[in-house]
Amino acid sequence: MANRPMLEVVALEKRFGPNTILKKIDLKVAESELVFVIGPSGSGKSTMLRCCNRLEEPTSGDILVNGRNIMAGTRRDLDRMRLQIGMVFQGFHLYPHMSVLKNVTLAQRKALKRSKAEADARAMNMLEQVGMAHKADAYPGELSGGQQQRVAIARSLALDPKVMLFDEPTSALDPELVGSVLKVMKDLKSKGMTMVVVSHEMAFARETADRVVFMDGGVVVEEGTPDEIFGAPKAERTRAFLSRVSG
Amino acid sequence: MDIFIDQFFNIEIMRKSFPLLLSGLWMTLKLCSAVILLGLIGGLFVALGNMSERRWLRWISIAYTDLFRALPPLVLLIFIYAGLPFAGINISPFAAVVIAFLLNNSSYYAEVYRAGLISVAKGQWEAAQSTGLTPAQTLIHVVLPQAVRNVLPDLLSNTVEVVKLTSLASVISLSELLYNAGMARSVTYNASPLVLAALFYLVLLWPLVRLVSHFQRRLAA
Ligand SMILES: Nc1ncnc2c1ncn2[C@@H]1O[C@H](COP(=O)(O)OP(=O)(O)OP(=O)(O)O)[C@@H](O)[C@H]1O
Ligand SMILES: [Mg+2]
Repeated sequence: MANRPMLEVVALEKRFGPNTILKKIDLKVAESELVFVIGPSGSGKSTMLRCCNRLEEPTSGDILVNGRNIMAGTRRDLDRMRLQIGMVFQGFHLYPHMSVLKNVTLAQRKALKRSKAEADARAMNMLEQVGMAHKADAYPGELSGGQQQRVAIARSLALDPKVMLFDEPTSALDPELVGSVLKVMKDLKSKGMTMVVVSHEMAFARETADRVVFMDGGVVVEEGTPDEIFGAPKAERTRAFLSRVSG
Repeated sequence: MDIFIDQFFNIEIMRKSFPLLLSGLWMTLKLCSAVILLGLIGGLFVALGNMSERRWLRWISIAYTDLFRALPPLVLLIFIYAGLPFAGINISPFAAVVIAFLLNNSSYYAEVYRAGLISVAKGQWEAAQSTGLTPAQTLIHVVLPQAVRNVLPDLLSNTVEVVKLTSLASVISLSELLYNAGMARSVTYNASPLVLAALFYLVLLWPLVRLVSHFQRRLAA
């Protein structure tokens, strides 16, 4: 494991009008580490994740990816750095007017300027990895939620990101489809991907996470290994939250 | 009854005026192509201005669409055709018609585009941008195709209006379809050329109108 964190959030602050949603958040994610983020609704989990690729513009603070500050530089630099930060959304957001294959090749072709042959090959490779190669010619509307989410993961992976951000990737899925997506994420972790996962799948966290971060009211209240956080939470707020979600 | 048929459905007169009307149809088609093509492009930019984060751009495009939708196109046309020479600018009747109807038409297209762009979920923008696509690439490859599909009936309806609108150009003696039909009528003292022109418009527009209904039904389904 490298010393330098793959993703570093430094004194991140985000305000929406008069409301301060994130209050000086600091977070370091080492290479190949899976950081699992939990917290009550409205605590700022999504906002923090979205600040990490500047879908949400931080009010202040820095975001370093592989040592480079994505807050510095031009719009073009940002587009280029976003290639290194994969993002998976609760709502999948596949492009409905394109086939699965085109969904996975679009950014490869337009942003990475890969040739068609290269992009197609890479896409098929990624679709294979998420178990969706057989649906390459299908359209998103013809797929189940779980299948769409796996394609969305492949779409991000095809760009060779350094970090993958997941915002409640299984929350919109029927219970029987959750497992297929979690399995893909587990595979990814075992291949050494650096991941930040916001989710309510506590069993997944216990099994896969290196570190669990509990957020509340725009601050990191407590962090530790899954055993520490789930087994012996120190802060009262963490205990209250965990008893609510498990109860 | 014979007088009626002779006045409106005189085959001989229709046959004779056919070449003149055909050349009028050609002019109408040229007008339509110019106004529709430029309108589709211009309207998109106006719509983007309307949704811009820059306030001054929004204001300009809102003023533009408000003004040119409120002004009757005929008033605009006469103003440009008869007014600009006073300002020392001489333009051909064709250019005057294109400019006047473009101003009007691009405003309507802009409103349609805007509805289309709004109808595309924000998540589509976010997903595309998070994969490193530039805003322009996101618009062209991801958002616009969906936006256009969502408002296709309205875009087509507006296009039908443009074709009808071009008949107003006869007011400034541009020899488009209606103007030439009027010429033929006054030379022959017979209304049959007008009936023939109406037939031309029907042939031109009926498929478009059908298409609008088709897409409307498909979108509703
Ligand atoms: N665009 C916005 N404008 C104003 N307020 C916002 C905006 N986005 C988020 N917020 C506010 O920021 C706070 C944190 O929202 P966020 O979505 O980050 O929470 P979360 O922890 O992801 O919650 P959940 O578990 O419900 O997804 C909420 O109070 C929300 O209302
Ligand atoms: Mg959230």
